[in-house]
Amino acid sequence: MRLAEAWRVALDALRANRMRSLLTMLGVIIGVASVVVLVAIGTGTKQQVERQVEGLGSNLLLVVPGRIDVGTAPVVSPLDLKDVDAVSRVVGDPGRVAVTVASGATARAGARSDFTTVQGVLETTPQVFTRSLARGRYLTGADVDTSRRVAVLGASVARALFPDRDPLGQQVALAGVRFRVIGVFTPLGQSLGVDRDDEVHIPVTAAQRLWGTQRIDGIAVKAPDRERIDQLGERIVAELSRRHPDTEFSAVTQQQILGVLGDILGVLTGVLAAIAGISLLVGGVGVSNIMLVSVRERTREIGLRKAVGARPRDIGVQFLLEAVLLTSIGGLAGMALGVGTALLVEAVSPIPAAITWWSLALAFGVSAAVGIVFGVVPAQRAGRLDPVVALRAE
Amino acid sequence: MTGALPTGVPAIEAVDVSRTYELDGVSVPALRGVSLTIDPGEYVAVIGPSGSGKSTLMHLLGGLDRPSGGRLVIGGRDVTTLSAPELATLRNRTIGFVFQAFHLLPRTSAVDNVALPLVYRGIGARQRRDRAAAMLGRVGLGHRLDHRPNQLSGGEQQRVAIARALVTDPAVLLADEPTGNLDTGTGEAVLELLEQLNAESGVALVMVTHDQEVAARARRRIAVRDGLIRSDTFHDRPLSGGDGGPATLDPAPSAEPRSASGSGPGHPSGGSGGAAGATGRLPRTSGGPERAPGPRPDAETGSGGAG
Ligand SMILES: Nc1ncnc2c1ncn2[C@@H]1O[C@H](COP(=O)(O)OP(=O)(O)OP(=O)(O)O)[C@@H](O)[C@H]1O
Ligand SMILES: [Mg+2]
Repeated sequence: MRLAEAWRVALDALRANRMRSLLTMLGVIIGVASVVVLVAIGTGTKQQVERQVEGLGSNLLLVVPGRIDVGTAPVVSPLDLKDVDAVSRVVGDPGRVAVTVASGATARAGARSDFTTVQGVLETTPQVFTRSLARGRYLTGADVDTSRRVAVLGASVARALFPDRDPLGQQVALAGVRFRVIGVFTPLGQSLGVDRDDEVHIPVTAAQRLWGTQRIDGIAVKAPDRERIDQLGERIVAELSRRHPDTEFSAVTQQQILGVLGDILGVLTGVLAAIAGISLLVGGVGVSNIMLVSVRERTREIGLRKAVGARPRDIGVQFLLEAVLLTSIGGLAGMALGVGTALLVEAVSPIPAAITWWSLALAFGVSAAVGIVFGVVPAQRAGRLDPVVALRAE
Repeated sequence: MTGALPTGVPAIEAVDVSRTYELDGVSVPALRGVSLTIDPGEYVAVIGPSGSGKSTLMHLLGGLDRPSGGRLVIGGRDVTTLSAPELATLRNRTIGFVFQAFHLLPRTSAVDNVALPLVYRGIGARQRRDRAAAMLGRVGLGHRLDHRPNQLSGGEQQRVAIARALVTDPAVLLADEPTGNLDTGTGEAVLELLEQLNAESGVALVMVTHDQEVAARARRRIAVRDGLIRSDTFHDRPLSGGDGGPATLDPAPSAEPRSASGSGPGHPSGGSGGAAGATGRLPRTSGGPERAPGPRPDAETGSGGAG
């Protein structure tokens, strides 16, 4: 029998049992759709994080004490502002060097309060990290030099403390000390469920005085170009190690951060896809079951086909194609459902979802393969049926 | 032109063929050693009580089943040497089956039902439809091509099944009680159609029937009982008007037991059975219908009887 003929026969058989075919496909449809949706969410999240890390500013180099690795304990930073000056000399341009000393603190304005992250920073932060203001101005060199008690609020903090007032010029108490609001950041949104607008920037000198410390948690450097970024990192680490022989320092680039985050999210996406894949497998078992029922129901048809000259292989191929067709059509429908759901999630929820062609190809390929794997046994059974026995079947 | 058979070769040749079913460890002998030869163009009626092994015999003769013992040659090919696919191809080319229960595919048009055997011959859709339509025309259903089985009467359904059996131009048409599910009038029409096709196209017709009157219309009658051939006799055609079929060439009414074959030691040759005493017989050797030239393989049937 020609293959085109076999396809037609298989399609006719599915059409003859529309309802059952549909219900059988349902398992595959749900399986494929969930694979597509979960991979889309995983991919979307990864792309979002990548965009955000890129959005930190290009050619960024983060210098921190300790080793950047999963599972290492944080190190108490030995860095202070003199080290920052040393780094600036290595870089050759103080405008490219930013610092942070951060701590959680309660911000109060009148009766309202908000627990937030207070960052002590230099006036260089907007250039190094590419941050922009919605209102007001950012810190100046003079603010830093004179430890002026001024603050720039993240969008969330501004909204929490001043829901119905213009925050500019207002007072906020940070850890009990009053600061004047001079600016509000443009919103950044969420990243991996973390609100990136929940922060307050104050001069690093004011922050150090606020917490009674000389410490700097980390230094960020915007390298002049991508080519020399690693070399620059090595020189900075060498300089800091010379100044603090007992401490290890790390300089990481955006690419390295992206790599680590990408790996983590990749594993996460894979796990989710595998869980969804299990439901696809369950769908496959359903297909196998229905095909066995179908073989039994159509025993007489099989007998007749054999009587008029169908070889065992012709019958086997017919039933195998039927199973493959079931799962392939289910796979296509599942892809449509998955794409639709992913688009909906992307449109109406804060969860990002991005559809990739490879996840569609994979889902379809797997569903077709499931048809083959789970169709083989029923098809073999059909092919081996004794025609005389088959013709007598009720 | 039938089934690409070499001339002079019998369509089917069975020598001491047996078939035993295994049922829960018990052997049920359905056929216990049967020898017969079906020649091209023959019209053979197979009669016998229920459970005597008629259907089993038909399945074997059609290559639908394999013998437990003996030699079975269909269309010049020994079935014991054939693989399952080879046997399927042999069925497709050499044999046409007509069943009591029609066995048409539901939800499939008459013309597609008839074309089914051609599908397994790898013939293209257009040619299939043309040949199937032409065949349906020959069985008088040229106006029912696209009807489904449930839109056809029982007689019409059996005509479709007959067209399906003959669309491949087989050497032998095996019909197991083809009128068993039909009323008398319809059954008679189907019977006449089968006889007409047998006479016109030269396809050998082997038909199982319970009806003695029907059996009497065939030139050759094989009586089966308890898995053995009790008699195998030739007649002229006492019933049904002579229509110029091969039977009219018979010189005289008479018959001869041909091969009471395969009798085991406990089974005397069937020629001595009650049927032998029936009137209107012709000694087989003295003037059967036209045979292929060359010596008849009577020796083998004789040896079967000598057992
Ligand atoms: N698949 C089978 N398994 C076991 N025994 C079987 C099988 N098929 C047939 N038989 C037995 O073989 C014997 C012959 O059966 P068969 O169907 O050939 O009879 P038949 O002459 O066609 O009868 P009927 O006129 O009722 O159709 C019976 O005794 C039957 O019970
Ligand atoms: Mg029977």
